[in-house]
Amino acid sequence: MSIKRFIGCLLVKQGIVVQSIGFETYLPVGKPEIAARFFDEWGVDETVLLDIDASKENRVIDPDLVKKVSRAGFAPVTAGGGIRDTEDIRALLEAGVDKICINKLASQDLAMVEEASRLFGAQCIVGSVDVRRSESGAYSVFADSGSRDCGADPVAYAKGLVDAGVGEIFLTSIDRDGSRSGYDMDLIKMVAPELSVPVIVCGGAGNPAHLEEALKLDSVSAVAAANFLHHSEQSISVMKSWLRNADADVRGEYHAMYRNFPFDDAGRVAKLPDGELIEQSFEFVEDEPI
Amino acid sequence: MNDPTSPSNGTNGNAVPKICILNYGMGNLGSVQNALRFLGIEARIASDADTIEAADAYILPGVGAFGEAMHNLNKLGIIKTLETEILEKAKPLFGICLGLQLLAEDSQEKGFNKGLGWFEGHVVPIEGDALNRVPHVGWNGIDHSGDPAFLKIEQQGSFYFDHSFHLECDPKLVAATCDHGQKMVAAIRQRNIFATQFHPEKSQRNGLKLLRNFVHYCFGNL
Repeated sequence: MSIKRFIGCLLVKQGIVVQSIGFETYLPVGKPEIAARFFDEWGVDETVLLDIDASKENRVIDPDLVKKVSRAGFAPVTAGGGIRDTEDIRALLEAGVDKICINKLASQDLAMVEEASRLFGAQCIVGSVDVRRSESGAYSVFADSGSRDCGADPVAYAKGLVDAGVGEIFLTSIDRDGSRSGYDMDLIKMVAPELSVPVIVCGGAGNPAHLEEALKLDSVSAVAAANFLHHSEQSISVMKSWLRNADADVRGEYHAMYRNFPFDDAGRVAKLPDGELIEQSFEFVEDEPI
Repeated sequence: MNDPTSPSNGTNGNAVPKICILNYGMGNLGSVQNALRFLGIEARIASDADTIEAADAYILPGVGAFGEAMHNLNKLGIIKTLETEILEKAKPLFGICLGLQLLAEDSQEKGFNKGLGWFEGHVVPIEGDALNRVPHVGWNGIDHSGDPAFLKIEQQGSFYFDHSFHLECDPKLVAATCDHGQKMVAAIRQRNIFATQFHPEKSQRNGLKLLRNFVHYCFGNL
């Protein structure tokens, strides 16, 4: 069985990486290619690059941006944002991505999804499913960055995408986006076991314990996170070290793992006890006169 | 200088080999070029017979559907040239993902398609189950035969896979396997031909080591 993946998401708005909260509030982070290089150096298993304005502005994610990000490291990159047809996909693949992620297209034109899967193979197409929970507790799929209610049940919708030839489902809870309160486990348990393709879950991860909770499910192939990876040194290797200390099934081939380090409640490397730090400090060596 | 991914200077005085990345309209050529650039090799992306004949070694990458790929190779009219250079003159070839599958006799992907048939083997669908889903996407550890291509790569070292079909061939050709519910071919070696089901250009340090080993092989140092 494959090792479970940790996917780092880069959400791009007006050319810069942002943190997204509830698909409506955005905080700036920095240049995409620099964030991508950090992700790669810190041992990310895969990067997903999404231009969250592209669909609304009726354009495709910029191939130059895609090129810069895919050249920033040596791990796979998936790109999404405003993809309309197989020509768009071909241009992005030539720019250097390994897979493409579709959201609006999947909600409008399943025939085009079938064509894309025939041309590039199912393994190349990731179907994004954004889900919102209503006050009554019912789940519904939303498209166009969460602005349009498709009125569809997430399980039936995701199955439809798989039947059209999508090779992976990227399942996001809009309600949990940016909340740091953990994944929507009810949603994941409802959708993931019903599908035959790998499922990536996203939305709400705020610390490694949240990832561990989702990774424990057999039906989850990959966990994704965005906001909590930024503004924190070595965020991915620290998080993976925490997970490996907890015996979670993640890839640990990385030259700076924090094995056997103490962690605080937020999953960050904790300060060592004072006594230990003093022991590690300078040792006085008396000068020996010759 | 113990960084295992840093390019070696031990070239035995040989000229830098001209590596050609074969462009047949399928796949992520830039990533392969990017990885080789990291290793200090400036590879050319080409699809014309003249450049192919002038090259010393080849990389056949590939993302996409088998039938479409064979169609493109036929349309380019370079199969004869490749057979002369690789099968007769024994220039090194590194096939990646679809570039491994195309070397087999045929594939069941989207019907039945004939491949290049450079070795005996057939490409068949992966039989998934609830735990081992299809496509097989993600990082997986490999067991390798100790072939020099895997020099300084540990057993169970992980590489990035992304495929729905896999190769069935003579076990003598198999250089590495992985486990995804069933044991599958991860790499093959037939004389000057080496090919992987996974993507070395997308497998971080392990992948760079493998490509480095191929470059050394092209230099005649392995």
